[in-house]
Amino acid sequence: MRLQLAILSLRRHASRTALAMLGVAVSAAMLLDMVMLATGMRESFSTLLGRNGFTIRVSPRGTLPFDSEATIGAAADAAAIMRRLNGVTAVSPVLGATIHVLREGAPVAAFALGIDPAVQGDYELLDGAHPTRADAIVASDALLAAAGARVGDTLDIAAGFDPQLQTYTGRRRLVVTGRARFLFLSATDRAAAIPLATAQAMGGATRADRASLFMVRTAPNVDAEPVRLAIERSLPRVTALSTAGAVAEAENRLSYFRQLAFILGAVSLIVGFLLVTTIVTVGVNERLGEIAVMRAIGVSRLHIVQQIVIEGIGLSVIGASAGLLLGLVTARYLNSILRGFPGLPDAIDFFLFQPASAFQSLGLLVVAGIAAGVYPSWRAASLPISATLREEAVG
Amino acid sequence: MSGGPLVIARDVHRDYALSGAAVHAVRGVSLEIARGEYVAIVGPSGCGKSTLLNLLGAIDRPTRGSVSIDDTVVSALPDRDATQFRLRHIGFVFQRFYLLPVLTARENVELPMAEARVATRDRRARARELLGYVGLAERAEHRPAELSGGEQQRVAIARALANRPTILLADEPTGELDAQTGNDVIELFDRLNHDGTTILVVTHDEKLAGAARRVVHMLDGRVVRDEPLLRRA
Repeated sequence: MRLQLAILSLRRHASRTALAMLGVAVSAAMLLDMVMLATGMRESFSTLLGRNGFTIRVSPRGTLPFDSEATIGAAADAAAIMRRLNGVTAVSPVLGATIHVLREGAPVAAFALGIDPAVQGDYELLDGAHPTRADAIVASDALLAAAGARVGDTLDIAAGFDPQLQTYTGRRRLVVTGRARFLFLSATDRAAAIPLATAQAMGGATRADRASLFMVRTAPNVDAEPVRLAIERSLPRVTALSTAGAVAEAENRLSYFRQLAFILGAVSLIVGFLLVTTIVTVGVNERLGEIAVMRAIGVSRLHIVQQIVIEGIGLSVIGASAGLLLGLVTARYLNSILRGFPGLPDAIDFFLFQPASAFQSLGLLVVAGIAAGVYPSWRAASLPISATLREEAVG
Repeated sequence: MSGGPLVIARDVHRDYALSGAAVHAVRGVSLEIARGEYVAIVGPSGCGKSTLLNLLGAIDRPTRGSVSIDDTVVSALPDRDATQFRLRHIGFVFQRFYLLPVLTARENVELPMAEARVATRDRRARARELLGYVGLAERAEHRPAELSGGEQQRVAIARALANRPTILLADEPTGELDAQTGNDVIELFDRLNHDGTTILVVTHDEKLAGAARRVVHMLDGRVVRDEPLLRRA
């Protein structure tokens, strides 16, 4: 009967209850979005780095991958040394370079990655074939659109431009063998992947046998940290960064996001708590006479508290459920806006729905709703019965 | 159950503070009520009769003195036990009816039985029986707002009787009713007492007081006269 009374009491002021639930829903949606924002980028970045099993990134000493134009010399030897280390199953060298697609009119500049197609982890092929031949190239949709090219076309590509001679250097004619989505670049970036040897040859002497980055894959049951340390010991000219380290570095850089999300999430929780407290308190104060009569006819204090707490739970649970839907919709919308920022990897999500975190935060809101009902109900159930009835009779 | 008085109040005092001043609402009242009696407490407003009723009904505690009902010293019971005692032994009727507006008449009558963990089927049957007794069988599924004042008070009486109380306490039960519906309640109380219910009413209503078998007069927190009435046959 307590459940029935709680439901009927909420229905007694249907519009007020609906507005309160809407308020809780908005609060819950904001809380959910902040939780998704606080953890989303980290998880998304971690997932991105861990794709294809690469657990260690090796870059020139003192730099982060593609933080500068520095490269690692004697790349073939370095790769061979790393392949020999215990626990390493693959090494993928990458050389970054700017290329120019020459065509009638203005040339199109793009970012090219020299890769080993057999072990690369930089792109997902959408169509066609990997660039296994020396004259092959796969390109992003943005580059193909800018160059007006399709899979199967041959492109005139240069690795550089000599301003004194006003000529392009390192020119090659490369055949587009496929379309690709570059994982660490944004969807609007003009990007391409070509065989490492081709990229090194096009770059001339300054790029011969050099790599910007090595991605190292370790066996699934192997701890990456000892391997990372072994790489740094074997190759003093490099900095090796594990995925965990990279995530920690990213977290450090994104700490403002997390702090903002934490503060706004806490505010949402407090607002939800205060909202439920206010509604329950108003409802209880309107019913002091009823509560006193219930006590007089023998309804226990605990049962009165339970009934009112059920009302708080009802407001919180329905509000939080609606907030879950609202939060997912707003997160999707906000994510689409934030992902439009230039230069962000296409595979990065700002808002990532993680059921455990989401339900924990909404559970916290429901607990806040329960707590919100306890005090006003206990206070009302503890009022002196006769004095309350006398005051209600006078009122 | 002993053969002595059902209710025994011994030198009961009740003081409370009102705007910083001490109010002596009940001053040394001693009273005994036998099983099956129908007693009316009368007196001017503020004489302490409602306070005395609350003390006898275990919803208030005396500052001094003791109240026992059916050999239980209710004035010494902790809150939880006093609540259980009220649930199982005392039926309350209030001037303002105080039905829960969200429940139907039947559900209001069922409420104390639900609290006493009476099985749903049994309490439903009992509620219908009681509503039939007070003449509201046809109005069982109506909410209080759909009932007249007299009907609401009869539902409140049915609710008070739900757990077969040892005594029925009523505070101005006709205070908010017109003459005709007040008469209906008076007749109902008469019938209840005839059927064996012990009743104690606090009232200004001379007609209601006249229906009782004994009238206790109070003035300034004291019992000033306690007289049995000549009863009609």
